[in-house]
Amino acid sequence: MKKLLTVAATATLVALPISAETVAPTNVAFSDGAVSGSLTGVAGNPAEGRVLMNKGSGNCIACHAVSDLNDLPFHGEIGPNLDGVGDRWSEAELRGIIANAKEMFPETMMPSFYRTTGYVRPGNAFTGKAAQGELEPLLTAQQVEDVVAYLLTLKE
Amino acid sequence: MRKTIAISSGAMALCLLVTPALAEPDEDQLVINGDLEMITEADAPDHLEYISTIYSGWRFRTDDTQAFQMDDFDNPAMLTVDKAADAYSTVEGDAGESCASCHGDVESFAGLGATMPKVDEETGKLVVMEDLINECRTERMQADAWTWSGQDMQGMVAHIGLQSRGMPVNVAIDGPAEPFWQQGKDMYYTRFGQLELSCANCHEDNYGNMIRADHLSQGQTNGFPVYRLKQAKLISRHNRFRGCIRDTRAETFAEGSDEFRALELYVQSRGNGLSVETPAVRQ
Ligand code: HEC
Ligand code: HEC
Repeated sequence: MKKLLTVAATATLVALPISAETVAPTNVAFSDGAVSGSLTGVAGNPAEGRVLMNKGSGNCIACHAVSDLNDLPFHGEIGPNLDGVGDRWSEAELRGIIANAKEMFPETMMPSFYRTTGYVRPGNAFTGKAAQGELEPLLTAQQVEDVVAYLLTLKE
Repeated sequence: MRKTIAISSGAMALCLLVTPALAEPDEDQLVINGDLEMITEADAPDHLEYISTIYSGWRFRTDDTQAFQMDDFDNPAMLTVDKAADAYSTVEGDAGESCASCHGDVESFAGLGATMPKVDEETGKLVVMEDLINECRTERMQADAWTWSGQDMQGMVAHIGLQSRGMPVNVAIDGPAEPFWQQGKDMYYTRFGQLELSCANCHEDNYGNMIRADHLSQGQTNGFPVYRLKQAKLISRHNRFRGCIRDTRAETFAEGSDEFRALELYVQSRGNGLSVETPAVRQ
């Protein structure tokens, strides 16, 4: 949290556009699976994060159940139930897990949401065709921050 | 006996507590037309390293979907199979032949469906049922080839497969088949696409679990071609493979590609011991 504020403050001081602070998918620094600094310098929005759990490229509940999202049908049973996840993990750990869960859990089935290289036959979204040019990460840097902010609200 | 996932974090104890419960297939028994008993559960063939029991996809479907397959009068695939039976004895092409004029009664194909794919001794190529059918059409009948997933083709694959219904799948994986089988196995464990998911992630490590609204089966192919209610037609094995790989955000392979022939051999061999079920019915 401290770091996040510092980064935000720096951005204001030198009056750079926010995007200049965004950490590229290939530049994320992991330490024991965690990522300590914000990817954007802009605080995550838990309400946006809640939406991403369902729709968009997140679709986290394809694999995870979350009691707070019981208004939505069909929660998956592949990964652990995420209730209380905000107690179990720190903000930095959650950011690492969302950005690239394979850093925290080697070989895990969970996709890497903020990584763009190292894939076998990457496709152009769900068309079945080859990807053209550089891949977009599954979530943008700000969306990662939003999801992390939402997960931090999941306390027992 | 599923692969356990190594967890390398301080939260290990917590993670273990919340690991999803092992959901299993239901206990229903598949008997078709009240008398043909099908093997929907069997000891896994020796070559399977991570699972001890194999199950037909039928065991993972809802009672409503299961019911369609229990009586041929309720099975919507039978319309397409009946058309294939007509085509079987219809002369087509410049040679003035029909399937029946060379092969006689379709029952002469009993057993073939249980042992496909196999390696053609002359060419050394791995061939699947669609290849055999198209070879007869183009070379012996001098008729046009059928497209892979067309209903003419899949109806005929099902019509011939039906002659083996109830017999245990028994494809050869050794000798000349071995390199193809190995290629298919490598594909089965490759984590394709931007979602980095292998067949094994879904159908070996997680069968019985829900992935969003879908109840994952072992992804067995003993029921193929299967009639999918959602698409209201017979679906080929290669079409299913194509869809499953596309859903990993990958560049998929083409129906009728050598890659999918190899994958077909490997996946079919994972079902050695289950009854041939075609035409099975799925949601
Ligand atoms: C394809 C399946 C899949 C998807 C999609 C998925 N996860 Fe996961 N997730 C897992 C699995 C499996 C684990 C367990 C880690 C392991 O492999 O040991 C996990 C672990 C986690 C954990 C640690 C949970 C704990 O209690 O220790 C968090 C947090 C998490 N996921 C959040 C998310 C979020 C947020 C999303 C979407 C942006 C998401 N996951 C999408 C499969 C998935
Ligand atoms: C992201 C998860 C996922 C992956 C990865 C995946 N599948 Fe599937 N597959 C499904 C779902 C969901 C279904 C429909 C429910 C069922 O039958 O399991 C399905 C169905 C099937 C079926 C039909 C089974 C039947 O009885 O009708 C076959 C065969 C199959 N998959 C094979 C494969 C193969 C081979 C691969 C790898 C090339 C693969 N799948 C990869 C999710 C997946």
